[in-house]
Formats: sequence, C-alpha cells, structure tokens
Amino acid sequence: MEYFLTEQQKTMKALARRIAEERVLPVRAELDEKEEFPWAIMKDLADSDLFRIFVPEQYDGLGGGSLDLCLVVEELSCVCSAVAVSYAATALGAYAILLYGSEEQKQKYLPQIAAGKLAAFGLTEPTAGSDASNIKTTAQKTPEGYILNGTKQFITNGGEADIYTVIALTDKTKGARGASAFIVEKGMPGFTFGKKEKKMGIRASSTRELVFRNCLVPADNLVGREGAGFIVVMRVLDYSRPGIGAQAVGICQGALEAAVDYTRQRIQFGQPLISLPVVQQMLANMDIKTEAARALVYSVAKTIDSGAKSFTEESAMAKVFASDMAMQVTTDAVQVCGGAGYMRDYPVEKMMRDAKITQIYEGSNEVLRNAIAIELRKRKGRTA
Amino acid sequence: MNIAVCLKQVPGTTEVKIDPVKNTLIRQGIKNITNPFDTYALEEGVRLKERFGGRVTALSMGPPQAVEILREAITLGADDAVLLSDVAFAGADTWATSYTLGKAVRKLNNIDLVICGRQTIDGDTGQVGPELAEMLGVPFIAYVSKVEDIKTGLLRVQRMVEDGYETIEAHLPAVITVVKEINKPRLPSLRGQMKAKSAQIPTWTAQDIGVEKERAGLAGSATQVVKVFFPQRTHRAEMLKGEPSTQVEALVEKLREAKLV
Amino acid sequence: MAIRVVKEKCTGCETCVSACPFGLIDVIDGTARIKVEGCNLCGACKDACAFEAIEIGKLVAEAPATGEHHGVWVFAEQRNGEIKGVAYELLAKGRKLADTLKTELCAVCFGAGVRNVDSLTAAGADKVYLIDTTLLMNQTEDPYVAELTRLAREYKPEVILAGATPFGRSFFPRVAAQLHTGLTADCTGLDIEPEKKLLLQTRPTFGGNIMAIIICPAKRPQMSTVRPRVFRRGVPDLSRKGQIVRVDFKKEAVTARTKLLNFVADISEKVKLEDADTIVSGGRGLGKPENFHLIRELAAALGAAVGSSRPPVDEGWISYPHQVGQTGKTVCPKLYVAVGISGAVQHLAGMQTSDCIIAINDDPDAPIFQVATWGLVGDLFKIVPMLTEKLKGS
Repeated sequence: MEYFLTEQQKTMKALARRIAEERVLPVRAELDEKEEFPWAIMKDLADSDLFRIFVPEQYDGLGGGSLDLCLVVEELSCVCSAVAVSYAATALGAYAILLYGSEEQKQKYLPQIAAGKLAAFGLTEPTAGSDASNIKTTAQKTPEGYILNGTKQFITNGGEADIYTVIALTDKTKGARGASAFIVEKGMPGFTFGKKEKKMGIRASSTRELVFRNCLVPADNLVGREGAGFIVVMRVLDYSRPGIGAQAVGICQGALEAAVDYTRQRIQFGQPLISLPVVQQMLANMDIKTEAARALVYSVAKTIDSGAKSFTEESAMAKVFASDMAMQVTTDAVQVCGGAGYMRDYPVEKMMRDAKITQIYEGSNEVLRNAIAIELRKRKGRTA
Repeated sequence: MNIAVCLKQVPGTTEVKIDPVKNTLIRQGIKNITNPFDTYALEEGVRLKERFGGRVTALSMGPPQAVEILREAITLGADDAVLLSDVAFAGADTWATSYTLGKAVRKLNNIDLVICGRQTIDGDTGQVGPELAEMLGVPFIAYVSKVEDIKTGLLRVQRMVEDGYETIEAHLPAVITVVKEINKPRLPSLRGQMKAKSAQIPTWTAQDIGVEKERAGLAGSATQVVKVFFPQRTHRAEMLKGEPSTQVEALVEKLREAKLV
Repeated sequence: MAIRVVKEKCTGCETCVSACPFGLIDVIDGTARIKVEGCNLCGACKDACAFEAIEIGKLVAEAPATGEHHGVWVFAEQRNGEIKGVAYELLAKGRKLADTLKTELCAVCFGAGVRNVDSLTAAGADKVYLIDTTLLMNQTEDPYVAELTRLAREYKPEVILAGATPFGRSFFPRVAAQLHTGLTADCTGLDIEPEKKLLLQTRPTFGGNIMAIIICPAKRPQMSTVRPRVFRRGVPDLSRKGQIVRVDFKKEAVTARTKLLNFVADISEKVKLEDADTIVSGGRGLGKPENFHLIRELAAALGAAVGSSRPPVDEGWISYPHQVGQTGKTVCPKLYVAVGISGAVQHLAGMQTSDCIIAINDDPDAPIFQVATWGLVGDLFKIVPMLTEKLKGS
C-alpha cells in the first residue's frame, strides 16, 4: 500500500531492512535460544546512525519523527522483535529527556544516546503494574541531591542500558502528584540490578529489576519539576506507544511472510497448502489484519508528527489494535504451518511467543481500552 | 593520512546463464555492484582514517554510471570521490588501467596509501594493484590481511601466503591489496547517505589528469582479446544409485578397481 | 573507430544483445547501440550478427616487435631453497612452446642456497639463469622485480611464464609494468598461433564462466602466469644437459623497500593440500562447523588431506589454507572427494583437473556432477560415515 513516505523515510526503512536481513536474521534463533543480548546488532544500529533518528539535530541527532521511528522498529521487528524492542526501549528512555529535560540535561545525555548509548524507562514495580500510581520507590531530597530507595521490576534493557529515566515519589503524601522523574546512570553508587528475568518471548531482550538502595542522584538530574512525574509518564507513553504498535506490526508481517512461504511449498493432498481454501481464508485474514494495523499505526505516527497537541486516545488505539492483531496473526501462522510451525527450527513459534508481551507492556490493553472509553465518555459532539 | 581507495564497478553476478541452443548469453537484468574485494579495501581505508586520522578518497575508472559506486563509497565513510571517465580510457587492459589510475593518484597529491582489493570478480587478474605501484614508483604489498600499525610513515602489515602469513614493513607512500579476511565491511550510515546525496563527485577526463591517449584505453593496451567462448560442460558423472549402503559398496568397488584405495 | 554498428545493415534483431558477454549492447529505436567504454573488442557480437552490421577496426598495431626477441623463459620460483612444483609444470609446457617456436627454453631462478638446479635442465631447460646469493634470503620482492626486469631487457626473451602463486601474482605484474608489456594471468591454455607465431593465452574470466583468448601482438616479452597444477609436469630426463649461467646480483641497483619481519606457518594440517594425492573436501552442505569431523574421518581413512569450498571458510568453520578454488588453491590430486559441495564455477576452477572426482550431494542437479567421475546423490550424513567405515574395514 502507498503510505506516501518521503525519500528520507524510504532510505531509513531500506537501511533498517538491510540490517535486519544481513545482521539480525542469521543470529535471531541463537539469540533467542541463549537469551543473549544483541550487543553486536546494537552497535550496527549505532554505526548506521539509527539511534540518531529520534534525537534533534542540535544534539547530534537527525531530527526524525514518530513515523521514522516506527518504520525502523517495524523493519527490525519483522525479523526479530527482541532486537526491535531493545532499540525502541532506548527511545522510550530518551523521551523523558527529549520532552521535559533541561537544556543541560539534553546536552549531556542526548548526544550519548544518539551515538548508541542505550537507555531504559523505569516505572513498573512489584506493587505497581497497571496501577502505576501505586509505586513505592522514594526519592528523598537532601542537600547533596536525591536519595532513591526502592525496586523497579520488569525493566526492558535493565542492566544493559547506561541511562535510565526513573519515576520515584518525592512526596509520599500526595499520591500520584507526588512523583518525579529522574535520570539515573549505571554505576551511580546504590544502583544495582536484580536477576535477569526468564521470559516466554523476546528472550534476547534483557529484562531486569532496578534496585535502589540509598542511591544518590544529583539534584540536576531531576527531569521537569517535582510532582510532575506522572505528567511525564503519560506524555512519554503517548509518544512511545506507536513504537510498540510498530513492533507488533513487524511481528505480524514476519509471521505472515513465514506462513505464506511455508504454505507455498508444503504439499499435502497433492497440492501446496496455499491452494486450499481454508488456508487461503486464514492467510487473507492475516494479511488484512497486518495491513489494517500498519495503516492505523502509521496514521497515528503522522498525527503526532503533524504537531498534534494531544493524542492519548489515538496512541493507545495503535498499540491495542496492533498488539491484538499480532497475537492473532502469529497464532494463525503457527496453526497454518502445522507441526513444523510448532518446532523451534521454524521461526513462527518464536513470533507467537514474542507477540504476547505487546498486549501487556506499556499499558496493558485492558487499561488502554479503559482510557479510550473515558475519552469517549468525555467527548461531546463529533470529533472526526 | 591521505588514503586513496580504487574501486571498480562490476556485474552483480558472474553466474552467467547460457542458452544451450543458441550458445548465447541469457541476460536478465543483472545489476552492477562494487567489486566485492574493493568493499574490503574501502572499509580498511575508512578504519585506518578512524584510527590514525586523515581523509579517504574513493577513485574509480569507468563509464559514467560508475559514479553510483562512488556515491555508495561515501555512504560507507569515504570523504570524497572522483570518477575517471573518458572514451580514451575504454577497453583498457591492466597496464593501461594502472597507468590511468596512477595519473589520477598523482593529481590527488600527497596520497600516503593506496588500497586496492586483491582482484576483480570479472577480470580476476589481480594485476592492477602491483602495476599501479610501479606506475607510482612506490613499495607494494599484496594480500594484506591485517594492518598492524602505521607509525612515523612506517607501515607494518600481516599478509597471507600459501602456508601461513608474513609480517612486513614498508615506508609510506605505498600501495597494498587486501583480502577479505582483513575486516567486515560496515553497512551504510544515515548521515553517510545524506552526505552522499549532496556530494559533488567530479569526473576527470584524460586531459584533466594528463593522460597521453596512446598510453590509455585500448590504444595503450598491450594485450587484446581475440576470442571469447563459453566452456562446454557436456560431461556427466556415472551416477551410483540406490540406498546409501548400495552406493557405498559400488563406490568402494570402483575405487579398488581403479587402485585408488 | 574501435567498434561500430553499421546502421544501414542493422535490423534491430537483438541477437548481439545476448551475445555480448559484458551486457554492453542495447537496441534503441530499432538499431543496436554499443557502450564503447566497457568494450574490449572480443568480437562476440560481430560473430553473432547475421547481417554483418558490426565492424571492428584495428587499433593496436599488428606488427610484432622487430624480431630481436628470442627464447621462452620460465621463472622458476623457489622457497627456502626448494624449487616449486609449478616450475616443472611450466617447463614441460615451455618446452613444447619453445620447440614450436624453434627457440631455446631458459629457466630463471633467484634465491639463496637453491638446491637441485640441475633438475631444471632435466625438466627441459636449455639454459638456467641463476642468481644465488644470501642477500635474497628473505625473498623480498623488490630485488626480484629489479633483476628479472634487468635480465629481460638484456636478453630479450619473447615469452616469460611464471607460476600464479601468491608471490608470482604479486611480483610478476610489477615486472610487466616496468617492461611496459602485456601480462595475462591464470592461463589455462598456452599455444602458438601458426601464422604470426603469437602466444595464444586462454584464461577464465567472470569466475570461469567465460573463457577468453588473449594475445599480446606488439609488445615483448609476452608474459603469462599459470596456476599450479593446471599443466602437468613431464618426466625428468636426467641425461639432459644444459647451461647454468650464474648471474651476479646487482645489489647496488636495488633498494628493497619492504622488510620481512616475521613468518608464521599455518600448521593446522599435517598433509599439505597442494601436494596431496587424495583430498576430501567439505562444503556448505555440511551445515555446521562440527560436521567437518565427517570429512576429517573420511580423510584419515583415505590418508587424504582435508579441503574446503569457499562458504565454510567464509563462515569460519575451517581456515583459509584449506580453501580450494579460484581464490584459494588449485589442486590436481589423483582422487578428489567433494562432499556437500554444489560445484560453483569458482570451486571447479580449483579442482576440475583432478584425475578422479567423486561427488556426494543431495541435489541431483548440482553442477559438481558435471565434472565428477562418479556421483552419489543422497544424504551425506548417511553416506560418508558408511564410506569411512567400509574403507577402515579394508
């Protein structure tokens, strides 16, 4: 389908695809098997300037927008969504600084990220998943800076990233309005990591706890003002959700292609599977779902790029729809590939295992649907 | 350090298909690429620049469309590029090619190191590198698999020989040819692509580089192709059929008969 | 005017378009157009045209040199005092060329402490120009280039042959450049054309997919390199006498600009590939590096050396000295067993002259079966272990 990409966007997409095919494809099964973080590929992405896409030009970036980021994430995800999410999570970690950081913070951290230093976003805790405001990590203000205490859970790129945007309570009495955002660097005393989680999918991605025990963070590392923590969170997630949508679209595409390849050459009942109507129906539905998800994600990305002031609802839609489609498309892909599809030698089972998380993280689809409904309820008159 | 890398545009595949009836080539849109060995040469040049500082200039002698590979060279880290293109250069053998490249390198001025790939996939001679060194009157090292160091104008490399490798030292300026084992070429970068898009790649003609037309192109070539043919492969092996055990039995029997075991 | 299309005769039939091995012809508005810049005047299009619509003019002066060049020379490469096998192969061929040209065959050998120089005359040389001095101990190239150039200028041979070894391919072109003459690399055929007595040099291009015949009509000497094992060496005639001319090394005239610091041998295999009578090679069909053990076991059972096609070397499954093929070694053993090797032209270039070739591959259409003596289509993981067992048992 024609999405009217600019020349620049087509170039980025082609380069991301090339990296995916030449550097990711040969090793994706092994990375998944060994649960090994794709450092070499992160370096390839950095060397090809792909981390510069989401950083403004004045900070050594290329000043790209949301759609640019989605195109790259989708191409990487088509081959391996664990690699894609390691890249996308850096953008997520960078967004707080991009949107709310001071000039000093931007000048200090953004060039590093543009050059390929990985970042991560620390919000979720054992007591706070969907109930994000139920966080318990505290940041106590002292003359020397803020002292952080607490534990973050299930953090993508945890342990591998150098730069972390962390949400902690500066005022426990104010509930959600008492949270603030901080930049914490790996190596700051009192900041350690918990064990690496063993996951169902995106196994090459590193997921760890962030453990803060009297971790002293310079006062300069407060992002935005005290108490604005959840405003930062909401906005950051609005920007990053299309990226997860793109990750899901990539998974759909990869699964669809693998399913079509397989059914073309697998002969049963004297003909290739793809000749059988029941298979054709399934593949057609997979194709429709993939394209619909892509169209929605790209439209939302373009909306953001057009300078829209608020896009919470749209951003949530992109993520919810694409992730649900990814789960459906991959499940059908395994089904259509039959016994072979269940074997780890064939890529679709990994894609199905990978797809599940996209319905859960960055706002579970249930929470996001609630949020969309609340918007609907608020609305008076027509918006479209 | 000023580095010049010589690149050649070649057909994307040497697997030519032949129409068995007409004995002619079946041409299906084969696209042109940078000679694969030259991509290793370029990568090494860019790595040396990153390590020791300096500039990398990509150079190619070819028809006007060869400018594509020079633009690609810029996406891969070359600072600038020059195309040598002139009807007078056409049909050159390796002597005439080296002569022309030599003139261009001299015009670039102050080149410390010229890097070439070990051979092209169409010509396969591997002669341009050494002949270019003679044209420039500089030391030459072939089959370089690692550049160990460059210090105070002294180059130290490892190069492959049949039964191992040698460590060799030479004073710059010099010409080297490299093998694939030397590095893993990088992928293009976005900034490189942006730079390449707006890069000005000049075309130098025979006059621009002071080439005497009798010494370049077909006129300057000592060798000439008189005939071209496709090797005939009509032989077919004697196929040993059956289950593996049957095949193995038959094979061992034949080997014994032929007194090969 | 090197080549042109005679517009009045051209019918736009496009026969020349597919005849051109280099894809330089298009038919535009009903007339053929040749991209002159890539054209080397091979004449394939002219031969293919039924309407004589393509003309090729002669640009290179056909008159050969003044006739003061005589003799066929073979550069006999040596390493650490031992003359290399390729020298004898070239002398056998050179003898035939010299006989046809009714001229003498000379071997040229440089080194330090070269042993067995008489073997060169036994192999057919009428004369040997020998520079033997400890100053050439480290075999740096500059003195070799300078001295061969000097001797060629002095004695004016009409042909010089050298082995296309790494050393040969490196120093020989430099001599050709200095002598401003033509050099044809990797020749698989050398003959004398009867009319003008020119050396006809046949060589592969495009990885071996296209063969070209090349001449060097005006410049002298005509120089060629030949890969080891392409020609056969003859039977030495120990009664043959020749003249050994000891030449003084002109060291004042030569500055060695490269210095050899160190040599590290690749001693991973006991049997040297080029000298092996039997070779077992593995290819991409093995699937994983660990599966090379099947090759090693079969090789051990046959007392063979272990070889490889290019993909396993590229993947790092086995080291480069084992690579057989166009950018690897050329071998010519009595028995070559190709396991899981498809037979790409570049690999065949390195082994197709082997006496007996056995191919084991699961693809019945694999090109390797076109050069094999015996072919086994099947699962190598079943066939190879069985073969090893059977051979061990005997």
